[in-house]
Amino acid sequence: MSVPKLEQLSKSVVKGPSLATGAVPTKDWMEIPVEFKPGNYAYPAKKEKVEYLNSQKGLHFPNAREWSPEDDDWKLPEDWKDIILQGLKERLDKFRSLKIFMDCCVRCGACADKCHFFLGTGDPKNMPVLRAELLRSVYRNDFTLGGKILGKMVGGREMTVGVLKEWFMYSYQCTECRRCSVFCPYGIDTAEITMMLRELLHLVGVGINWILEPASNSNRTGNHMGLQPHTFKDNVDFLVDDVENLTGVRPNVTFNRKGAEVLFITPSADVFAEPGLYTAMGYMILFEAIGLDYTWSTYASEGGNFGLFTNNETMKKLNAKMYAEAERLGVKYIIGGECGHMWRVLHQYMDTMNGPADFLETPVSAITGTKFQNAASTKMVHITEFTADLIKHGKLKFDKSRNSHVKATFHDSCNTSRAMGLLDEPRYVLDHVVDWVEMPEGTIREQTFCCGSGTGLNTDEIMELRMRSGFPRANAVQYVRDKFDVNMLSCVCAIDRATLTSLNNYWTPEVGVCGVSELVGNAIVQENEGENRANLDEGLRTLV
Amino acid sequence: MKYALSFLAVVVLAAVAWLGSQVPGMSYIFGVAFPYLAILVFLGGFVYRIVQWAKTPVPFSIQTTCGQGKSLDFIKHNKLEAPHTNAQVIARMALEIFTFRSLFRNTHAQVHDGPKITYESSKWLWLFALIFHYSFLLIIIRHMRFFLDPFPGLLALIEALDGFFSIGNPTWYLTSAGIVVGVLFLFARRIASTKVRYISLINDYFPLFLILGIATTGILMRHFLRTDVDITAIKTLGVGLVTLQPTIQVSLSPLFYTHLFLVCVLLAYFPFSKLMHMGGVFMSPTRNMKNDTRENRHVNPWNPRILPHSYAGYEDEFREYMVEAGLPVEKELPPQKDEE
Ligand code: SF4
Ligand code: SF4
Repeated sequence: MSVPKLEQLSKSVVKGPSLATGAVPTKDWMEIPVEFKPGNYAYPAKKEKVEYLNSQKGLHFPNAREWSPEDDDWKLPEDWKDIILQGLKERLDKFRSLKIFMDCCVRCGACADKCHFFLGTGDPKNMPVLRAELLRSVYRNDFTLGGKILGKMVGGREMTVGVLKEWFMYSYQCTECRRCSVFCPYGIDTAEITMMLRELLHLVGVGINWILEPASNSNRTGNHMGLQPHTFKDNVDFLVDDVENLTGVRPNVTFNRKGAEVLFITPSADVFAEPGLYTAMGYMILFEAIGLDYTWSTYASEGGNFGLFTNNETMKKLNAKMYAEAERLGVKYIIGGECGHMWRVLHQYMDTMNGPADFLETPVSAITGTKFQNAASTKMVHITEFTADLIKHGKLKFDKSRNSHVKATFHDSCNTSRAMGLLDEPRYVLDHVVDWVEMPEGTIREQTFCCGSGTGLNTDEIMELRMRSGFPRANAVQYVRDKFDVNMLSCVCAIDRATLTSLNNYWTPEVGVCGVSELVGNAIVQENEGENRANLDEGLRTLV
Repeated sequence: MKYALSFLAVVVLAAVAWLGSQVPGMSYIFGVAFPYLAILVFLGGFVYRIVQWAKTPVPFSIQTTCGQGKSLDFIKHNKLEAPHTNAQVIARMALEIFTFRSLFRNTHAQVHDGPKITYESSKWLWLFALIFHYSFLLIIIRHMRFFLDPFPGLLALIEALDGFFSIGNPTWYLTSAGIVVGVLFLFARRIASTKVRYISLINDYFPLFLILGIATTGILMRHFLRTDVDITAIKTLGVGLVTLQPTIQVSLSPLFYTHLFLVCVLLAYFPFSKLMHMGGVFMSPTRNMKNDTRENRHVNPWNPRILPHSYAGYEDEFREYMVEAGLPVEKELPPQKDEE
């Protein structure tokens, strides 16, 4: 889909008919049906991908078929309504969060202007409270006393195909970033609502390809890119060569090696595409510099978890590989690379779903002796925690000037910040390796803005939507670019590295995107370095 | 439209009480039967709702962290925003419940030409919500005067503080003004902010008007139509209700019955409405859980048994490539059959 020119979109973001800028829709939101046009929806999942997922034990992805959101008839199963209402009832009985969030919203609107989708599109249905009302109205009608008696009067409505279509539209205009939840007086987390909406939609076979294909790839080949073991190894080997060419030191990388001390898992995008590749090179240089005894796995070759974007069963199934592989290889603990939602799953779901991991040990850094008590149960350490600890103990030698071509800023990923509280570790690392500045308050730390394309929305057919929803983030980048000449946006999330690249190309083309570990790799000084090591004028990105 | 309907509903309710209570014999219904009924519905409904919530599992630990979690020793842990112990959770919840911490954080975002977005702190909602809720609480405490005999000293102190400025006779309470100002602000905001107006339902306006009705009738009784009101008789009724020996000695004014009836409606309406946020605020998993899920395992009572796509299955599918690429395998390739 073609994206409007920058100038055009800039105008439309401000002047477009939107609540954000003052233009009020004249009709009640229930009276405004959704309309699917090329460019405003992500493509539905391919039949064979859905069939494959459905064939996997423990997963349920019925009603595989060819269909298009633009068609009137979505080829739903005959009893689709019962399935949805039954599914909703089940979830109300299974998740206190859902029940409380359905019951306790006072519609104060504190969350309304917190969502990047609302700010970028101005569509009132993108206000978190209204996104939740899309589901709550049906809940009210069918599951509450007032709604059963008074129905529409009190904001209840029947479940219809129109409502289902609306759910599809707006549950894929939420990146489950939880920014709204920070501001809500009851911590109502619209991301939970979105997750439930998506779960319900999958029950009747409504899902998008950019999520279900990566999910099925992850299941079969171990990673969402669908890289088979030999290809995965080849990709990493290329990076090993690159690192050797650039630094003069060849990192010792092994795969599926039993008896290694540490299993290292990172999102597969890091070994597949720019700019993640440089981050992966950074990991290698770091591990080589300290002589870590670690291995990669081709079977558990994905940190990212596309199950999080579908339903909790798929999330569990994909996540389970990490522990299964750690057990098979007999490692002591796991280090995880830079990834947002991988860490959300790790932090909030992994141990619950697939623990206890009693075949592993509480992580202890062999280099510093630090015991990572905060990971005593999951047995998994975040790369920036690990690096920060090395720095604190003086185990790494840096030459900050090797990053002198970079003036960085730091983007907190929604997941590591709002679902984990990982805020200062990456900052501590950055302080030691690069000259950097913060973006304005209100757009960083727990109030950070989403890249706009998380939870499986970084697909090209909805580019305009992505550029709009990423606008609040881009605008903060623009601010530090203009004020401090920032030319690099660093982050600890692989989806960010992919999506922020498109976002910056559109709004702030002068600013690149990198992982924190890339900057670490740039700055590390090793013994036996090649002669040219100090002179790489673009760090690991220098062409040789 | 929605607010007009809500307003009308409250006016009708008030009229019902005003007129109804004057029908001979009805004073017992309005003074005794309805209050008991309302209390029963309130308590029963409230407990039922809380039990329903409490019975629903919390399968995952999904706290929203609003600050640095506890990790390495030299990284400063934000104990209130990413609590790690029960005590810290209690502190976080206390801040939330007593000072409306999250609303305090509120910002107002605006899109300008450029395009440019600005964020400015916006504490109005926080301020008026606080005034409203605290006034409400103190008013309830003050009203204990009508139910408790003798009236405890601590409550008398609160009452005295409330009337600190000694304006007027009888003294105006700060909270009487507070609740009216609070409700009016909340209502005005609902109307004035296009966003909030768009999402508002009848169920949002109705409780506001109901509370406004209760406050107005109360203030009228205390300050303006005082002569009609026999305080001693009211206290006798109040204490009678509490001690389960209710009597209505003299005829009380219709204004009093209206006030009481609106309170009854509020009580009965409470458990079935968004007003249950009073109970829900304590139970929200994003706020009341510890941020320690990597350190301590959280158990999901209905955790389904789902296994990953097995390594064996993976190797079976890709073994040939793996061997060729020099990747270790668990089972070697079967010896190749010679092709004829
Ligand atoms: S901030 Fe919370 S209570 Fe207020 S409207 Fe949003 S979700 Fe509802
Ligand atoms: S979770 Fe994020 S994207 Fe979803 S409604 Fe809330 S702020 Fe918007």
